[in-house]
Amino acid sequence: MGERGTFRVMLLIVGLVFAFLYIPISVVVGLSFNDGGLPTAWTGFSTRWYGELLANDDILHAAGNTLIVALASTLVSTVLGTLLALGVELRRRKGHALEALIFAPMIIPDIVLAIALLSFFSLLNVTMGLHTITMAHVVFNLAFVCSVVRAALKTFDWSIVEASADLGASQITTFFRVVLPVLAPAILAGALLAFTLSVDEFIIAFFTSGAGRSSITLPMQIFSMIRFGVTPEINALATIVLSVSVIALTLSQRLSRRSVIPT
Amino acid sequence: MTPRHSTALMAPALVWLTALLVVPCGLILALGFFRRGIYGGIEYTFTLENFALVFDPLYAGIFLKSAQIAGLATLIAVIVGYAAAYAIASMPRRWQPLLLFLAILPFWSNYLIRTYAWIVMLAREGLLTQVLRLGGFEGEAPSLLYTEGAVITGLVYNYLPFVILACYAPLIRMNPELREASRDLGAGPVTTFLRVTLPSTVHGIAAGAVFVFVLSIGNFVTPALLGGGRFQMIGNVVYAQFLTANDWPFGAALSAALIAIMLTLLMLQALAADRTANRNHADG
Repeated sequence: MGERGTFRVMLLIVGLVFAFLYIPISVVVGLSFNDGGLPTAWTGFSTRWYGELLANDDILHAAGNTLIVALASTLVSTVLGTLLALGVELRRRKGHALEALIFAPMIIPDIVLAIALLSFFSLLNVTMGLHTITMAHVVFNLAFVCSVVRAALKTFDWSIVEASADLGASQITTFFRVVLPVLAPAILAGALLAFTLSVDEFIIAFFTSGAGRSSITLPMQIFSMIRFGVTPEINALATIVLSVSVIALTLSQRLSRRSVIPT
Repeated sequence: MTPRHSTALMAPALVWLTALLVVPCGLILALGFFRRGIYGGIEYTFTLENFALVFDPLYAGIFLKSAQIAGLATLIAVIVGYAAAYAIASMPRRWQPLLLFLAILPFWSNYLIRTYAWIVMLAREGLLTQVLRLGGFEGEAPSLLYTEGAVITGLVYNYLPFVILACYAPLIRMNPELREASRDLGAGPVTTFLRVTLPSTVHGIAAGAVFVFVLSIGNFVTPALLGGGRFQMIGNVVYAQFLTANDWPFGAALSAALIAIMLTLLMLQALAADRTANRNHADG
C-alpha cells in the first residue's frame, strides 16, 4: 500500500468515526424541525415544537433552576479553582496526596459522589434544594477550572510578579493588575467549561435536590421525559441544550488552547 | 505571590473538597458497617453483613455482569478510539487541532441527550428500522432497544472521545524517527506498529481504558435508559438501595466496593505509567 493508499484508509477511518459520533445527535436536531415530530416520516419543516417548549411551564421552571445553579456554582468554583491552581503551582514540593485530591472529583463515578453527598446532607439534617446542588457542583467544577488554569500557569512567567514587587506594588495590586490580566483568558475558559458541566449534570443534582418538584433541574426534567421514549418536545429541548454547550465550548477552546483538549 | 502564600491560596478550595468530598466519601465507607433500621433508617450497631452481602451470589453476579458489559464497552472503545487517534495523528498537521476538537466536542455535551439520541436510533420504529425499510425490509421491526447491545453501544458512544484524546497525545509526542528507523532496519509496517508504535503509546491506551471501565461499571443512566430496566448493573442497584429499597448501609457497602475497584485500577495504571516513563527515560 503506497502513501496515498494509506492516507485514504486513514481518511476513511476518520470519516467513519465522525459519522458514528455525529449522526445520532444530528438526527435529534433534524427531528426537532420535523412537523410530525416522529422519526417515522418527514412531514415538513416546522418550528412548532420550539413553540410548545416555550409554553411548557415545567420546562421553563426547570431551565430557570438550572441557570441559577450553573451561574452560582460557576462563580464559586472559578474563584476557588483559580486560587487553588495558583497555590498548587507556587508550591515547591509536589505532593501525590494533594494531586490525587484535586484529580479525584474528575474521575469519581457520579453515582458514588451523589449518594455520598445525599447521606452527608441527610445525616446533618440539611434541607436540600438548589443550594445543595450548587455546593455539590462546585466540587467537580473547581477541579476542572483548576486544571485549565494550571495548564495556563505552566507557561506563566513568574518574573513579572517579582518585577511588580520590585517596583513597589503590594501583593493585592500585583494579583489584580499583573497576574489576573495574564490569566484572564484561561480563567474565563475554565468558567465556561464549568458552566456547561453544571448545566448538563444530572445524577448528582438528582440525588441532592431534595424531595418535591420545586428544585428540579433541566437534566432531571429531561430524564423523566425520555424515560417514556421519544417525544418531539425533547428533540427541540435537546437541540437548544446542545447549542448552548457547543457555543460555550467553542468559546472556551478559543480562549484557551488547552481547556477542552488538555495536553 | 510567593511560595509562602501557597497554603492560603489553596485553603478555600481544599476546605470545600474536604467537607464535600472527603468527609462524605468517608461517611459512605463508615455507613457500610452499620445495620439497616427496621423502618429504613440506620441503626448504629457494627456489622459486617453488608459487605458479606456484596459477595452474595446475587450481587456478585450483578458485579460480574457489570464488569463484563463495561469490559466489552472498554475493548470496543479502545480499538475504535485508537484507530481514530492514529488516523487523526496521520492527517496533515494543520487539520489536527480542529479534528481533535470535533472528536472531543460530543464528550462535553449533555450525556442524557447523547444517550437519548440512541433511543431515537434504536427504537422499534426508530431510525435504524427506517433505514432497513428503505432497503426493502418488511415485517416486524427488530427490537434493538432495551438490549445489552444497546447499553454497550451507548457506553462506547459516550466515552469514545476520551479514548481518542488519551491515545492521540502519546501518538503525536512519539518521535517519528523511531518508526523510520524501524523501517530502515527492515521491519514491515505490521512489525513496526506492534514492536515500536504500540509499546510507546500503551500508557495512553491504559489511561483511556481505565477511564471507560470505571465510568461504565458504575453507570446508572445508560442501563436505565437503553437497557430499559431489563437487566441491572451495579449502579442501578446502588440507586435502588438509596431511593427505593431504602437500605442505605447496603448501598454504601456496594459503593465502597465500586470505589475499591476504581482505586485498584487507577493505581495499576499509575504504576504502568511510571514504568513506561522510566523505560522511555532509560531509552532516551
